[in-house]
Amino acid sequence: MGRVLVVTSGKGGVGKTTSAAALGAALAQDGQRVAVVDFDVGLRNLDLVMGAERRVVYDFIDVAQGQVRLSQALIRDKRIETLYLLAASQTRDKDALTDEGVERVIRELRQTFDWVICDSPAGIERGATLAMRYADIAAVVTNPEISSVRDSDRIIGLLDAKTQRAECGDQVDKYLLLTRYDPVRAGRGEMLNLEDVLEILSIPLLGIIPESEEVLRASNLGLPVTVGSADSVPARAYRDAVRRLRGEDVPVTVPKDGTLLNKLFRRRAA
Amino acid sequence: MSELAQPHSTFKFHGRSYFALALKPEKPIVNWLVETDKWIKRSPGFFAGKPVVIDVSDESLTKLEFEQLMCGLRMRDVQILGVEGADPSWLGDSVTPLLTRATSTVSSESAQAAGSLPPTSATAPAPSSMLIEGPVRSGQSILFPSGDITVIGSVASGAEIVAGGSIHIYGALRGRAIAGFEQNPGARIFCHRLEAELLAINGYYSTAEELEPQLFQSSVQAWLDHDTVRLSALA
Repeated sequence: MGRVLVVTSGKGGVGKTTSAAALGAALAQDGQRVAVVDFDVGLRNLDLVMGAERRVVYDFIDVAQGQVRLSQALIRDKRIETLYLLAASQTRDKDALTDEGVERVIRELRQTFDWVICDSPAGIERGATLAMRYADIAAVVTNPEISSVRDSDRIIGLLDAKTQRAECGDQVDKYLLLTRYDPVRAGRGEMLNLEDVLEILSIPLLGIIPESEEVLRASNLGLPVTVGSADSVPARAYRDAVRRLRGEDVPVTVPKDGTLLNKLFRRRAA
Repeated sequence: MSELAQPHSTFKFHGRSYFALALKPEKPIVNWLVETDKWIKRSPGFFAGKPVVIDVSDESLTKLEFEQLMCGLRMRDVQILGVEGADPSWLGDSVTPLLTRATSTVSSESAQAAGSLPPTSATAPAPSSMLIEGPVRSGQSILFPSGDITVIGSVASGAEIVAGGSIHIYGALRGRAIAGFEQNPGARIFCHRLEAELLAINGYYSTAEELEPQLFQSSVQAWLDHDTVRLSALA
């Protein structure tokens, strides 16, 4: 049985889609069978970041409504054999997804894949709550800014209340993925520091992804950063995050200005 | 015109919760009334002086059955305080008010918090305190009208704690804390680290801007001195 990971944040533009693609690609590069599902109906982007936009025939909604089989809608990545995409529909709206439809598709995906990665839309409405509904694990993508941290806190509250696990008295495993971390600005004290973010959100840290042009460049080429610039700092940070997801104990390094990876950071929040 | 010009005498009212016995009759009503008679025979005086609410929201009664029920209960000297779940037209000109239940004591979003609240039953005394283990997240609202709330964890910016009694927070208070909300001037707010958006006691409030900056981020208690929320550092 595969595990379901939701990549969520509340706030838009923090790097959910980039992270979903990068984590999915890194897991698949490890030999895991991965399906990445775009829940952002009406504003789909994941197909672009994964370079599959010209091969979308059927989408998630077609499968959820039972019009086509799952195998007809899954798009295999051209570079990594075990990576698949289930695209969102750009033309329909969020109400086209039903709870029952989503549950059925996720259940089916779990049977064939090791990891099902749900790329959540921004906000706390239906699209976002459906994306987290069947998750076992959540990567809460947060920028080191007050507004992003507060929205993430709200999302953690929803993960503890509106998911199937929460309703059964269980818990979704929640991890913080700190993205767009700018060592220069952090050095000048212009951003919230890591300690503050961890203190406010009090969930374990999955990784720190530095702000980098490599991410943008890879995305524009339709490549997850872990594929497009595999040796870059953000790609390595995503790969470390994936190792942590798979249960390895990898110390978190805080990116510093100029030099790479100096200070070891072993703290795990409550 | 003259009415507007006259100075108003103050008109005060407050929201207040009381405990009432809620009866849930089951169909057929005639049989249920016979069961009630047996109950009264076993414990005479059980209903004497007790306010009773009739909850018919689970049974789809007809108007006739409802009238039968109300008449039957009055004949047995049951004092009916109000009715829940009935069609408003059934009550006609009678003085019995139609009640709607107050929202549950914990917001629907805080499933975890609800887990730590023991279920109340008609016989057990109402708990006088509520314990929340873990952080209260932005957007969650914890309401406990009948006593104190203790939070072992932080209260996030955008979260809200509302207690009939005092509030104790063993963590950072970054959201709102509203203590003594149903008229309790003696209620206090204690927190391990004050970064609150708003503190209120007995309806008097202070926003973050009005709080003394030197106490910011320290351990603090807040109490009510006449009409003012006062703060002092906890040693």
